[in-house]
Amino acid sequence: MALVRIPPTLRSEVGGARELEASGETVGDVIDDLVERFPPLGDQLLQNGGLASFVNVFLGGEDVRTLDGLETPVRESSTVILLPAMAGGN
Amino acid sequence: MATYRELLARVKEEIEEISTVEARERISTQDAPLFVDVREPDEWEEGHIPGAIHVTRGRLESRIEGLVPDKSRELVVYCSVGARSAFATKALGEMGYTDAVNLAGGFSDWKRSGYEITIPRTLTPEQRARYSRHLLIPEVGEDGQQRLLDARVLLVGAGGLGSPASLYLAAAGVGTLGIVDADVVDESNLQRQIVHSTERLGEPKVLSAKRTLEALNPDVRIEAFQERLTSENVDRILAEGWDVIVDGADNFPTRYLVNDASVWHGIPVVHGSIFRFEGQVTVFAPGVGPCYRCLFPQPPPPELAPSCAEGGVLGVLPGIIGSIQANETLKLILDRGESLAGRLLLFDALGTTLDEVNVRRDPDCPVCGDSPTITEYVDYVEFCNAPLQLG
Repeated sequence: MALVRIPPTLRSEVGGARELEASGETVGDVIDDLVERFPPLGDQLLQNGGLASFVNVFLGGEDVRTLDGLETPVRESSTVILLPAMAGGN
Repeated sequence: MATYRELLARVKEEIEEISTVEARERISTQDAPLFVDVREPDEWEEGHIPGAIHVTRGRLESRIEGLVPDKSRELVVYCSVGARSAFATKALGEMGYTDAVNLAGGFSDWKRSGYEITIPRTLTPEQRARYSRHLLIPEVGEDGQQRLLDARVLLVGAGGLGSPASLYLAAAGVGTLGIVDADVVDESNLQRQIVHSTERLGEPKVLSAKRTLEALNPDVRIEAFQERLTSENVDRILAEGWDVIVDGADNFPTRYLVNDASVWHGIPVVHGSIFRFEGQVTVFAPGVGPCYRCLFPQPPPPELAPSCAEGGVLGVLPGIIGSIQANETLKLILDRGESLAGRLLLFDALGTTLDEVNVRRDPDCPVCGDSPTITEYVDYVEFCNAPLQLG
């Protein structure tokens, strides 16, 4: 199971959890697993079958867009970080 | 028992010496030696060899390892005539410095030969006292403090992030702080915006901040811009010349505007953002690392990006993130350490965890990429509210 960090803006969709375990062999599988369990997440993360352009997903500290995108393999002990842009500074 | 002359003669037999002519020839070569000036502060202030470091003879042994960790480095040690430095050279040899030589004839001979000298600007006695803890750090020292005093930093926002950042930059003696903010101090600001206070309610934030910062440090000059940063005024404000921009804005249009302008003006941005218990901080350095658009090509839809006014923020969080921004700003000015360029720190106050992810420059970035497609300011409000282009 990979560990997925849930950003504050998405926590209301997953019952308030800050981290969730999810299974899958690729980043896409892990996200599919989450979306299956928490369907509203799908609207927030995916568009046209791919990652929404405003969603950043990091695996092992690297943006998956610089790896193999949703096809990037995930290991059992991997941590996946869902990273939203935040504008607040005030 | 040996007299001073006998002692000096004996020491000179044990060390290597270099003439001023030879040292002068070496100064502009690729493998130039490091000149170590061991004279007293008043002698140093009257002029020294360009590029030399200064450590008095009395503090040489205790300070030199901090200043020159590499003991194989070639050192030319000098004083006024080459006597004090002879003893210093011997001491360095005993400490394991394998390539320290004494400058025969010293600075007097150097100056008499008409070679170039540097006359350092000096701190006032009040500044020496105020910045004494900086002067003690080898990575800052007097040169670094002068750099800070000469530096110009523009803060976008005098709110949550701008408060701690501006306070620490002012305290550090950053000579000029520009502050851009159109708002006035509101009661709901005071839970975290520590540059303001209850008595300033209703006062423009830039003027409130100016009063606080000038009271903290009279060395600091505040340039107040009581306006919202827009495509119309950004070039005017940036044209005043800034070494670093500290981005503590509270909305996406300003974030993208700051990014585009900073890329086109070639000014590094120390970026911070906060929401509830979480903060992000990084450095966008044009020509060195990625820009904001490389990291976030498009803003999220408004429902996925509530502001602190809508979603709240823990009062201390901007204190932590804004202080990291101040730290990055000082490092950029001092040209010391490793900046956060290319690295994004993620702070979670609930778990007290700090994660780091890599951010890479996108060759296809529309602003800083190899073939930019955005080359002038756009309507940033429209850009941030426009329906997303689905890819």
